[in-house]
Amino acid sequence: MADENELILSELPDDELVTQMQDDLYDGLGEEIVDGVNILLERGWQPYDVLTKALVAGMTVVGNDFRDGILFVPEVLLAANAMKSGMAILKPLLAETGAPKMGKMVIGTVKGDIHDIGKNLVGMMLEGAGFEVVDLGINTAAEAYLEALAREEADILGMSALLTTTMPYMKTVIDELVEKGRRDDYIVLVGGAPLNEEFGRAIGADAYCRDAAVAVEIAKDFIARKHNQMSA
Amino acid sequence: MSPCATIAVTDAAPRDDLLTQTGLPARGAGAVLVIACGALAHEVLALKQINGWDHLDLTCLPAIWHNHPERIVPGIREAVERHRSTYKTIFVAYGDCGTGGLLAQTCDALGVEMIAGPHCYAFFDGLDRFTSREETTSFYLTDFLTRQFDAFVWRPLGMDRHPELVPLYFGNYERLVYLAQTDDLALDHKARDCARRLGLDYERRLTGYGDLATALGAL
Repeated sequence: MADENELILSELPDDELVTQMQDDLYDGLGEEIVDGVNILLERGWQPYDVLTKALVAGMTVVGNDFRDGILFVPEVLLAANAMKSGMAILKPLLAETGAPKMGKMVIGTVKGDIHDIGKNLVGMMLEGAGFEVVDLGINTAAEAYLEALAREEADILGMSALLTTTMPYMKTVIDELVEKGRRDDYIVLVGGAPLNEEFGRAIGADAYCRDAAVAVEIAKDFIARKHNQMSA
Repeated sequence: MSPCATIAVTDAAPRDDLLTQTGLPARGAGAVLVIACGALAHEVLALKQINGWDHLDLTCLPAIWHNHPERIVPGIREAVERHRSTYKTIFVAYGDCGTGGLLAQTCDALGVEMIAGPHCYAFFDGLDRFTSREETTSFYLTDFLTRQFDAFVWRPLGMDRHPELVPLYFGNYERLVYLAQTDDLALDHKARDCARRLGLDYERRLTGYGDLATALGAL
């Protein structure tokens, strides 16, 4: 028997449902997110609106609270998993409905490194912000990055590393781009726990991204600048 | 006495929970101060006892900074500056420990030496040997981290509350390697159980004190 106080998502008006979905995302409740997404779609919401107003808005709160030390990695992962459940429904619909495209990013964890939590969060947040993300996975060699960048006609290269021993490989990849005369074709963003801004500058990246939310803002900013340059 | 002889963690030894959260104060005796991670306290004290290194004093910063590398550099800087006038030499018993090269830069600027290598796993195993293994899918524990597995790994990563997160954190790993400083059957069993909880294969390597002994021996 259902609890009398149990919340029936389908009975909530849109604005309350969206707020409730943001709360559910914060609490990492994947099943509730799937239900919420399906209800909004049934009510005629555009997939892009479900994504941005319910999921991305909720994940932004999660990102801010992580940055401010209110939430920690486990909670962020649970929220990300919940968002992933919602994204699985929305992704094919977004492609069908021609949602706005911000740009395309090739992303991967560098060679010798198998840590992908940060990289996966960045990829998901960028997808939420309207980027197309091609994820090369872990232990990615320079040749694989360069091949994917050309094949996908990407705008952005994203590289992640968690280890002090693997982060120098980012420079190997950038040097390879320079050697091939292709460095200026891409915006290069780097991130990972042991990195810092100074390291990003020293290896010739365009920016170091402290966390997934920052990565989204920086990616948007660079794409806007690129468009401005093209139209100037 | 063999180089990896067991020095039991007795009542007289510093408590692991205190080493984890607060570290260990210096005694103020000896010409050389070793500033170490709390996770190395038992090993440094064992080496001191085995070798009769009475000229060494030890202070430790909280071992839990292993999970917060951003705290290590300011902590080391403060400790070096605080103790500089009391000791003839100060030595930093840390590897890079996830500071992305900042600890080495800081030690250079402070004019103190530190241990070469990315982390204690490398210098226990021996830096050259560790590097040549090229193990990318191994997760490491030491004696201290095996004893403190729940405080350093299981609880901070939320796996006590959400075991469904285990594959997200450890899905890309294949093996847990226990780098044993001491030949301790109980720790072997505990490390094997840690591997089981993480869903990883298990290997134990008796390393002894590795490059830590060499580095401290040169002081």
